Amino acid sequence: MLADLTAIAFNEEGFMTDPGQWTKEIAEVLAKQEGIETLSADHWKIIDFCRQTGMASGKAPTMRQITTGTGISTKDLFALFPKGPAKKVAKIAGLGKPEGCV
Amino acid sequence: MVEQKNRHIVFICSKGDLDMAYPALIMGWAALGNGVDVTMFFTFWGLDLVTKKRVDKLEISPIGRTGFKMSMMGLPTGNLGIPGILSILPGMTAFCSWFMKWKMKKLGVPTVREYLQMLSDGGAKMYGCKMTVDMWGLKEDDFLPCVEKVVTAADFIDMTEGAQIIFI
Repeated sequence: MLADLTAIAFNEEGFMTDPGQWTKEIAEVLAKQEGIETLSADHWKIIDFCRQTGMASGKAPTMRQITTGTGISTKDLFALFPKGPAKKVAKIAGLGKPEGCV
Repeated sequence: MVEQKNRHIVFICSKGDLDMAYPALIMGWAALGNGVDVTMFFTFWGLDLVTKKRVDKLEISPIGRTGFKMSMMGLPTGNLGIPGILSILPGMTAFCSWFMKWKMKKLGVPTVREYLQMLSDGGAKMYGCKMTVDMWGLKEDDFLPCVEKVVTAADFIDMTEGAQIIFI
């Protein structure tokens, strides 16, 4: 049974505006919308890291922060979240776009 | 249904100064993060960025740079620039290069070599300019492995059809 997104607030670009509304079930639905059918352990490692570091600011960490923070390589990050990992990870983790440039 | 072509940004890197190396790296990395295809074409001094012997030795000189203010070093000197007579002293280029690298490191910005690897791992395509390579007598072996191949101007025009092009 997929989570119901009707009560969730999104901005015009499709990012959740209230990270407090996020649940793992919602992440699974958002991932499907981004073309990722099932979330693996490595996907979750990245999402959990983003939730931990991004909750305070509501903004996702940058790709560089993700690779250095999780130990997952750049190649693997792009393989796990193809075509735009920075945006995809932020969306699926229920956070805003990363604020840094690197 | 017509298949939509993915957005594609091409960076032509023509400068080999330390400060001019970064714009394409930073914007290219941001583009990849947003799902945009990235191609980088290195020509003239831009080839230094991907030349094994040069990539770690890029420099920035204070000579003739009106933008260089002493306040950049945290001194309360307002709009005062580095005096031209100081700029020409031996060691000033080395000092400015060291200073910029130190500032970048403090911000967590990767080195040019590391950045190129990140971009390559993220799927950016990189090419060298045939004419410059011939002019300077370089060989494919002189370049970092991220450079896919050396291409002619006509090849470049063919492979960038429909792309947005940024000349640096």
